[in-house]
Amino acid sequence: MTATRTTPLSRTPVPVSGFTPVLRAEWVKFRTVRGWVIGMIIAALVTVGIALLDHSECGGQVTPGGPSVVGAGCSVPIGPGGEAVSDSFYFAHRPLAGNGSITARIMSLALAGGKGPARLQPWSKAGIIIKASTRPGSAYAAMLVTPGHGTRMQYDFTGDIAGLPGAVSPAAPRWLRLTRSGGTITGYDSADGRHWSTVGTVHLAGLAGTAQAGLFAATPGTTIPGRQSLTGSSSEGALTLASGRFDQVSLAGRWPGQRWAGTQVGGSGQTGAGFRQAGGTVTVTGTGDIAPYVPAVSGGTGTPIESTLTGVFAALIAVIVVAALFIAAEYRRGLIRVTFAASPARARVLAAKAAVIGGVTFVAGLAGAAGAMVFGTALLRSNGNFILPVSALTGARVLAGTAALLAVVAVLAVALGAILRSGAAAVTVLIVAIVLPYLLAIALPVLPASAAGWLLRVTPAAGFAIEQTVQRYAQVAASYTPRNGYYPLPPWAGFAVLCAWAALAVAVAVFLLRRRDA
Amino acid sequence: MSAPKARAADWTVPGERGGGRGAAGAKQALHAEWTKLRTAPGLGWLLLGVVALTVGLGALADTATHCPAHVCHTDPARAVLIGIDLSQAVVAVLAVLVISAEYGTGMIRVTLAAMPRRTTVLAAKAATVTGVVLVAGALAVAGSLLAGRLILPGHGFPQLSLAGPMLRAAAGSVLYLGLIALLSLGIGTAVRGAAAAMGAVLGLLYLVPIIATTVTDAAWHRHLEQLAPMTAGLAIQYTAGLRGLPLSPWAGLGVLAAWAAGALLLGGLLLRLRDA
Repeated sequence: MTATRTTPLSRTPVPVSGFTPVLRAEWVKFRTVRGWVIGMIIAALVTVGIALLDHSECGGQVTPGGPSVVGAGCSVPIGPGGEAVSDSFYFAHRPLAGNGSITARIMSLALAGGKGPARLQPWSKAGIIIKASTRPGSAYAAMLVTPGHGTRMQYDFTGDIAGLPGAVSPAAPRWLRLTRSGGTITGYDSADGRHWSTVGTVHLAGLAGTAQAGLFAATPGTTIPGRQSLTGSSSEGALTLASGRFDQVSLAGRWPGQRWAGTQVGGSGQTGAGFRQAGGTVTVTGTGDIAPYVPAVSGGTGTPIESTLTGVFAALIAVIVVAALFIAAEYRRGLIRVTFAASPARARVLAAKAAVIGGVTFVAGLAGAAGAMVFGTALLRSNGNFILPVSALTGARVLAGTAALLAVVAVLAVALGAILRSGAAAVTVLIVAIVLPYLLAIALPVLPASAAGWLLRVTPAAGFAIEQTVQRYAQVAASYTPRNGYYPLPPWAGFAVLCAWAALAVAVAVFLLRRRDA
Repeated sequence: MSAPKARAADWTVPGERGGGRGAAGAKQALHAEWTKLRTAPGLGWLLLGVVALTVGLGALADTATHCPAHVCHTDPARAVLIGIDLSQAVVAVLAVLVISAEYGTGMIRVTLAAMPRRTTVLAAKAATVTGVVLVAGALAVAGSLLAGRLILPGHGFPQLSLAGPMLRAAAGSVLYLGLIALLSLGIGTAVRGAAAAMGAVLGLLYLVPIIATTVTDAAWHRHLEQLAPMTAGLAIQYTAGLRGLPLSPWAGLGVLAAWAAGALLLGGLLLRLRDA
């Protein structure tokens, strides 16, 4: 281009060499087509715009201009590790000043009261616990029995160590013991009270000075499937009560309190919850759970941050149209022959196109996702919703991952455009390949969960896993289905599936570009 | 092909007969559009795609669906006919290309020179493409039903009967595809570019159900499902739990028909107003 001014002779087309001029040519092509630039801007704006459509409210009415009354009961306690937790149970406790231990024999764990189809869950629990305070989310270590998973030692919500197997019954009681030495707690269990085995030793960072220790019981609610609609099914939770019967409770160390105090930790007091002492027997009845918070469990009030990113699907369609046209329009107008005459290395042209459209899409996607996450969470919070906290690293992964997802799809669209040489065909194939599987697996309750899982493993829609922040926990029974926000593949594996599709499409496109006449 | 003499007459007559006014003009427009559609490259593949994708996805869904003896939440009709969710994209391609391909090649100027009444042209296109789609859709739905009859009884479902609600679901699905073709033709006429039109059609169909999943407010969720062309239109496929549906099956198909009519109206209006 600069050469034309000095030597008119060089106006005869000389094939360009090197990647930079090709890249520059493709960038000029992109930015001079107004519709494509507008399409990318729309992609960013629509991501934010759809996030701002979510007027979900939690915990009451919004009073414009008035004092904020929403959000009561919607917040979720935060555990020692910074993650959202469920911490609600009935606690019969006494202060434990300094080192000491608590030992108890648990005779039974059974359902107390409850109506309808209520029953105990495999992870209903009762046992002994040493907790920093009765504040929900405070550090703890517990030895407990469960109906379905035997005896466990659990600590700080995410820690879970298996002890003796088998359920507890008056015929097969379990002895539990916790000893505290500073911030270190060791859990023991025994079937007979004479032969003890160590289950685990854990160090609790938040445990200092006087702790609360005692007996507890909790059970998550029962979920009853409810009304089915076109795009989802609702379910209703029923509160149930679990009752643990203890005897032979013995304490060692300094326990300043004179008697047991009963506290409903977290949640609102449930009728029937409490504790009863009769002779040497203590019965504790409670509901709730001590576990990491899982939104899929019924009655969840926390909102994962990825729920602000629904607009990405709309952005995806805009990006696919622009990226497919970025190459298909050249075929329709015959410009592709000029392009290849100027730069005969066809793979290089495709690489330049992919780099330009991928780079532009990444920037637009980053802007859109950042806007959606910032403004979307602000809107949700103002309506009383509780956004589940994520670490900075996870937040960055969701943000950059969403932008990268869009960019890889744009590259896939360019490759498909080169393969099919028709914008309409490329757009249709890609939307059907990436949006429809998500729709069938998540938005429409038609396919069984197993089929939905496979759709999100093998199709490009697997890439949406990069947005998932909610985690699976073995110690929380929940329906970890795509419909509840759990992808079958881990975030990076899902993204890798999408990248593999893009790589395959680019390889086929390069092969066909070299083989076919333009 | 008719004799050369008759062909020559076809070319000269429209102007003399008042610019295609009346039944004769409509008939010629239909004939012209039918010839163009019939000879369009890839038509056979697209129609085969409609049938194969409908039957194939339906058969896969039938295979994946199991119905436990005591509690069956799955609507057999919805499982059998789920292929429509996929094949509607192919129908949309077909209908969009009927108009967009003419804009892509400049053929539209020839078409409108030969047949200056633009509404007639659009109506003829609508009639031919809908006819073709209805035939392919009927084959596709028949194939899906056959697959369902063969596969589902082995998975705990009762034998599919073709009476009552099932017949409504099957016939309604064919009509659904026809209405999708009309909707796509309308959007294609308004947007003109094939790729952009496909983005618009598939966005309209697929996005709303996805966005609806994040709407937790029950009333808004229901309104979205009542208004969105895909969720409303596919209500026709449900044979069980009709009370839980946002609107009754035929009303749902009516909503889709309104979308199709609106899109055709918009497309027709823009076709009349704009230069080709």
